[in-house]
Amino acid sequence: MITQASNYKQRKIVDQFMRGLMVGATILALIPLFLILGYVIFRGASSLSLAFFTEAYKAPQMSLTGDVQSAGGVLHGIVGSILIVGASLLFALPIGILAGVFLAEYPANSVATTVRFATDVLSAAPSIVVGVVAYILIVQRTKQFSGLAGSVALAVLMIPVITRTTEEILKLVPHTVREAAIALGTPKWKTTFTVVLPAATSGIVTGALLAFARATGETAPLLLTVLGNNNLGYSLLEPLAALPLLTYKYTEMPFPELNDLAWGTALVLTGLVLSVNLLARWATRSRLK
Amino acid sequence: MTQEVQIQANIFSSLITRFSNYQNEAVGALSNKIQALHFDFYYGKFQALNDLSLAIKERSITALIGPSGCGKSTFLRAINRMHDQNPTARAAGRIFLDGQDIYGPFTDPLLLRRRVGMVFQRPNPFTLSIFDNVAYGLRVAGWKDKKRIAERVEEVLHQAALWNEVKDRLNHSGLGLSGGQQQRLCIARTIAPKPEVILMDEPASALDPISTLKIEETMFELRQEFTIIIVTHSMQQAARVSDETAFLLMNAETRAGELIEAGPTDQIFTNPQDKRTEDYISGRFG
Repeated sequence: MITQASNYKQRKIVDQFMRGLMVGATILALIPLFLILGYVIFRGASSLSLAFFTEAYKAPQMSLTGDVQSAGGVLHGIVGSILIVGASLLFALPIGILAGVFLAEYPANSVATTVRFATDVLSAAPSIVVGVVAYILIVQRTKQFSGLAGSVALAVLMIPVITRTTEEILKLVPHTVREAAIALGTPKWKTTFTVVLPAATSGIVTGALLAFARATGETAPLLLTVLGNNNLGYSLLEPLAALPLLTYKYTEMPFPELNDLAWGTALVLTGLVLSVNLLARWATRSRLK
Repeated sequence: MTQEVQIQANIFSSLITRFSNYQNEAVGALSNKIQALHFDFYYGKFQALNDLSLAIKERSITALIGPSGCGKSTFLRAINRMHDQNPTARAAGRIFLDGQDIYGPFTDPLLLRRRVGMVFQRPNPFTLSIFDNVAYGLRVAGWKDKKRIAERVEEVLHQAALWNEVKDRLNHSGLGLSGGQQQRLCIARTIAPKPEVILMDEPASALDPISTLKIEETMFELRQEFTIIIVTHSMQQAARVSDETAFLLMNAETRAGELIEAGPTDQIFTNPQDKRTEDYISGRFG
């Protein structure tokens, strides 16, 4: 029997101890996630109503008895977020995907090495710095806070994520599939666009969704570019509201009703980011089948 | 000074002799579909093929046999310049296709590959529908007429003995087929644009015996129309399907692949001229 080995008991104990250590650390790491999720749901769920999704900001009013009445919703924030993030996807998707294709399909040259390094640096850049850059480049020159400036800042944050996921996914496409197309006399660019990219679609979608989730939750660059707006606006050339900005703003307000709206906004934002993440996971899983 | 001139003159005259030898050989070889003449191949500094001269007849099946590392796949892939993808790969000597130098300055590799198709070791269908997999090469070759494309797709799926199995699901993914079906799909895809030569790199090595048999039956059918060169590790397969057989072996000193013997398959398998061929086909090494 193997149990007769001299240090069998000691090994067994060390094994148990190490396993317990790792399980404990995992649980510790998960506690904040569940605390945040639980508390956001607990505080935010009560403020979710029809008006929350269909009305914009309403100024708090004081009744004759001295109560402060406030209602209204965050429709302006939802619309603003969709516009800003949508526009930034329009900028970031083509640039990010094409850059990723370049890195994966033409890997062995000095330009690709430089681009890869720059992408890594950019993906680690603090988002407030990106916001300052967009502020100086766009807001100062046009003398106008605008949704568009925010879109550019978010696009800069999304591009490295999309580029690197696209590159990694394209590297997973088997070389033999490329060879099959080449052996039919297909030019390289055509092979890339008609064979390699379609084979990697779901992976690229995953990368785009993750970038989308990250951009939707960004607050710092929006403060300096989009500014915020109490009214429902549809123009990307003007200041817009956005969900993370509303959370920030309503939390500071001295009215409990608006504080509740902030919790509701936080819940919507968290739910959105979480469901996009889950969607991304689901897309990856179906690719592996 | 005079010595230098003398040396240069010697080099020049030897080049002339070598060139005219090539010419004489080439003239005799033009009747063959493919003719390799003193073909060398290098990966970086490593020489993979040394001085390979081999004739391949039109509308026949030629099998390249030999142990691993003997350069048979390297030679096969050299015929449609698949090595162009590898920047360190380099060819010397000549391979002629219908008398045209494959490595000559006037050969466009894209057009060459439309004349010389290839089937790979592992089935590699595109993530497209069955129909689009076969139609892909046609569209690359510039076919526009949808009706003609559809007719050609059906025709080659018949030829690849796949039509009855897929006719009801042409718009399903090619990846949903079994391994053997995928390989026959890849064969259909290769022959659809009507190449003249088909290169097969161990096309049945990843397949079960039944699928292998079907592939071999397909090859027999295709021999009426195409020139086929097949690399195989299976001596039985070479004996079953091929008309001509070429035996390659790695030189023990230089580690470069060399052609040992080539000829009609019957002769190679029953009456080999070289001792090494006999040892290999009787299973004594390799």
